[in-house]
Amino acid sequence: MKAAVLVFPGINRERDMARTLKLVSGSAPAMVWHADTELPAGTDLVVIPGGFSYGDYLRCGAIAARSPIMDAVRGFAGKGGLVLGVCNGFQILCEAGLLPGVLMRNAQLRFICRDVYLRVERSDTPFTRDYNAGQVIRVPVAHGEGNYIADGETIARLEGEGRVIFRYSSPDGMIDPNWNHNGAINAIAGIIGERGNVLGMMPHPENHVEPAIGVTDGRGLFAGLVDHLKRAA
Amino acid sequence: MKARVTVTLKTGILDPQGKAIEGALRSLGVEGVASVRQGKVFDIEIEDSDRAKAEALLKQAADKLLANTVIENYRVDVLG
Repeated sequence: MKAAVLVFPGINRERDMARTLKLVSGSAPAMVWHADTELPAGTDLVVIPGGFSYGDYLRCGAIAARSPIMDAVRGFAGKGGLVLGVCNGFQILCEAGLLPGVLMRNAQLRFICRDVYLRVERSDTPFTRDYNAGQVIRVPVAHGEGNYIADGETIARLEGEGRVIFRYSSPDGMIDPNWNHNGAINAIAGIIGERGNVLGMMPHPENHVEPAIGVTDGRGLFAGLVDHLKRAA
Repeated sequence: MKARVTVTLKTGILDPQGKAIEGALRSLGVEGVASVRQGKVFDIEIEDSDRAKAEALLKQAADKLLANTVIENYRVDVLG
């Protein structure tokens, strides 16, 4: 795996992400500065980590989405390259137009930092091949703006095309407003793009990969990506 | 030349912040408020003094960055 982790001013989860990528894949990712115009040659996975790019000024992810490196990411995704955006990374992908919709202020207006349960909706994507459809995983969230919304037509298309990959659920996989902590429409926690090669998600799978933490449910996402890229090579 | 871009949420988009402000006004005893929707105002100074050019420039600024047209509308006012 030759991963590239994008770094914007105000991002603060890039080292968690780099650590996880190295731990699971065996090789350290390249750290790519936002002002760069090209991804390192041979990059096979672009990761946009979480944090508060540009202090969340204007709108979360709005300014980062318009930085020079994002043109390279757009080109990379257009050729089918794998892109993963977590938390602020998901917001940046939406603002960049690489994913539809937008992440609004949490319905309860509070910053939420805790573990949540996610129901994995599909196992036939490069990001979820290590999971089973319907499986529930436990991963942390830390965001104030994770309330996913899009117009009715877009939501219908996302649902119709099976592009909702993760939903907030109860520990036994039930979709219930009580477990949808940020009020996202249809409890959407993660979606993929039209071609299935771009995933945006609010929760942080990179923080649940080591036994010392107590839960390793996030590891499958990265292990699946490593496996996918190995088979594709 | 001075100008103002006003960005507001589209109708039908839930506005949790507006709701909270609405509730706060009520608890402060400000009566008669039916609802509140919040937005943003950008005061922009423009180098050029051509009105049409200024409007085109501001529209570009709003489309490219100031507003997310998925959820927001904007209005451009050249104040002169």
